[in-house]
Amino acid sequence: MHLSDFQIFLLLTILKIVVVLVIMLTSVAYTVLLERKVIGLIQNRWGPSRVGPFGLLQPLVDGIKLFLKEDLMPMAVERPLFVIAPVIALSCALVSISVVPFGNVFTYRGVSLFEISDINIGLLVILGITSIGVYGIALSGWSSNNKYSLLGSLRASAQLISYELALGLSLVGVVLRAGSLRLRDIVDSQSAHGALSWNIFGGPARVHGAGGTTWAIVGGFQILGFFIYLMAAYAETNRAPFDLPEAESELVAGYHTEYSSMKFAMFFMAEYANMITVSCVATLLFFGGASSPLGHLLPDNFGGTFLSAIFPILWFVFKVFCFLFLYIWVRSTLPRFRYDQLMSFGWKFLLPAAMLNIVLTSLVLAFHG
Amino acid sequence: MQLALFIIFAVLCVVFALNFLFQRHPINSALSLIVVMMSLAVIYWTLGAEFLAAAQVIVYSGAVMVLFTFVIMLLNAGEEERTRGSKIAYIVGIPGVIAVFALLAYTFVHEHSTLGMAHLGGHLNNGVSNLEEVSRILFTDMLLPFEVTSILILVAILGAVVLARKEH
Repeated sequence: MHLSDFQIFLLLTILKIVVVLVIMLTSVAYTVLLERKVIGLIQNRWGPSRVGPFGLLQPLVDGIKLFLKEDLMPMAVERPLFVIAPVIALSCALVSISVVPFGNVFTYRGVSLFEISDINIGLLVILGITSIGVYGIALSGWSSNNKYSLLGSLRASAQLISYELALGLSLVGVVLRAGSLRLRDIVDSQSAHGALSWNIFGGPARVHGAGGTTWAIVGGFQILGFFIYLMAAYAETNRAPFDLPEAESELVAGYHTEYSSMKFAMFFMAEYANMITVSCVATLLFFGGASSPLGHLLPDNFGGTFLSAIFPILWFVFKVFCFLFLYIWVRSTLPRFRYDQLMSFGWKFLLPAAMLNIVLTSLVLAFHG
Repeated sequence: MQLALFIIFAVLCVVFALNFLFQRHPINSALSLIVVMMSLAVIYWTLGAEFLAAAQVIVYSGAVMVLFTFVIMLLNAGEEERTRGSKIAYIVGIPGVIAVFALLAYTFVHEHSTLGMAHLGGHLNNGVSNLEEVSRILFTDMLLPFEVTSILILVAILGAVVLARKEH
C-alpha cells in the first residue's frame, strides 16, 4: 500500500496525539501516587501500599472509583456552565503539551516524531493556552452558586492574573538569549556545552570558533529568572504554598466544592497535567530540554540510531521527574501564604525582580552579543 | 485545508458574535465574546500573522476578558430584561451599519490591487517568523506611536491608582 505524504503526516500526527495523551494521562495518575507516597515518607508513614505491589495499582483503583461514583448535580447550579467548566480546565491543561519537543529531531518522511507540532511561537502558545485555563476555574466557582466556590474562584482568578505577569516576564531573558520563541530553537541555544550552557547556569568552556579553539563564557545565567518562574508557576498551578483557591481550612474545597465523580476528577487531572506542563516548560527553557548535561563528551551517535534517539527522551523525562518531585517536596514542607501576603509578594517582589532580570540580561546581551 | 480552517472559524466567529448580542445573561455574552476572539486569532494565524494571533489570545482572551468575567462574577449581575429597543437604533443604527459595511466592502474590492493580498495559509507551512520584523518596525519606524501608547497606558494606570486610593 502506497501512502501519500499528506496521509503519512495525518496518520503519524493522530498516532502522536494518541500516544502523548495516553502517556500524559498515565503520568498524571502516577504523579498522584508519587505525591501520596513521597508525602507519606516525609510524614513518616507508609502512604498507599495495599493495592498491588508497593501500591502501584492504586491509581487504577482510584480511577475506577471516580468513574463509578454518583454524579451529583446540585439544584441551583447554572447547568451548561457547570458542566463545561471542568472540560475547559482539563482540555486547556492537556492541549498545551502539544508544542513540547520531547527529544532530538528525528524525522520519518518529513514528520518529526518526538513532538506533536513544531510552531515558531511555541512558547506563546503555551502561555496563551494556560491563560485560557483560568476560565475553567472562574466559571466553576460562579456556576456552582455556592459562596465558598465563588470565593475560591475569585481568589484563583486574581491570583492567576497577577502571577501571569511575573511568569511571562521571567521568560523574556531566555527568549532574548535564544532570539526565538520556538521551543526547539530555545533548546538548541543551550545544548552546545552540556550543563554549562544551560540557561540557568553559565561558565567558561572551550569554544570551537573561526579563530581556533578559545575559552569563552557560555550559558545564560538566568538563575534569577528561573526562581521567579518557579514561584510564579507554583502560583499558576494553584499548588502549595500558593493553594489559596482551595484552602480547605477556610473554603471547604474552594472552586470544586460542588463537584463530584468524573467532573471532580477532571479538575484533579487538570491540576496534575498543569504541573507536568510547567515542569516540561522549566526543563525546556532553563535546563536544556532533551539535551544531555554531559554535552558532547559522548559521541553523538552513541549506541546506534535507536539508542541515540531514546537517550534524550530519558534525559527529558528525568528532568521533568525532578521538577515534579520538587513540587511534592515543597507542598509537604511549606505552610500556606495568607492572601494579602500572596498578592504583595507577586506584585511588589516577583514583578520588579523579573523586570530587573530583563534589563540585566538585555544589557549583557547588548554589550557582549 | 486552510480554506476549511478559515470557513470553520469564520462561521464560528459570526455565530458567536450573534450569540453575544442575543444572550440575556452578561456572563454568556462575555463567553461568546471569548469564542469570537479565539476564532479571530485562528484566522490571523492562517493569514500568517502568528504573533498577532498569540497576542490576541493572551491579551484579549486571557487578560481583558478574564477581568470582564471577574467583574460580572463580583457584581453578581443577573439576567437583563428584553426590551423593544430604542427608536434611534432602528432609524440611525441599522442604516449606519449597512452604510459602513458597504463602504468597507467597496474599498476592499476596488482597491485590492494597491492594498495587496494576503495569501490564505501561505505562511502556515514554512518556518518563517514575523516576530523579528514586527519588533524591528516597532522600534524604528513606529517608535513614536509605540512610546506614546506606552505613556498613555501608564497615565491610565496612575489614574486607576488615584481613583482606587482610599480617602483620608
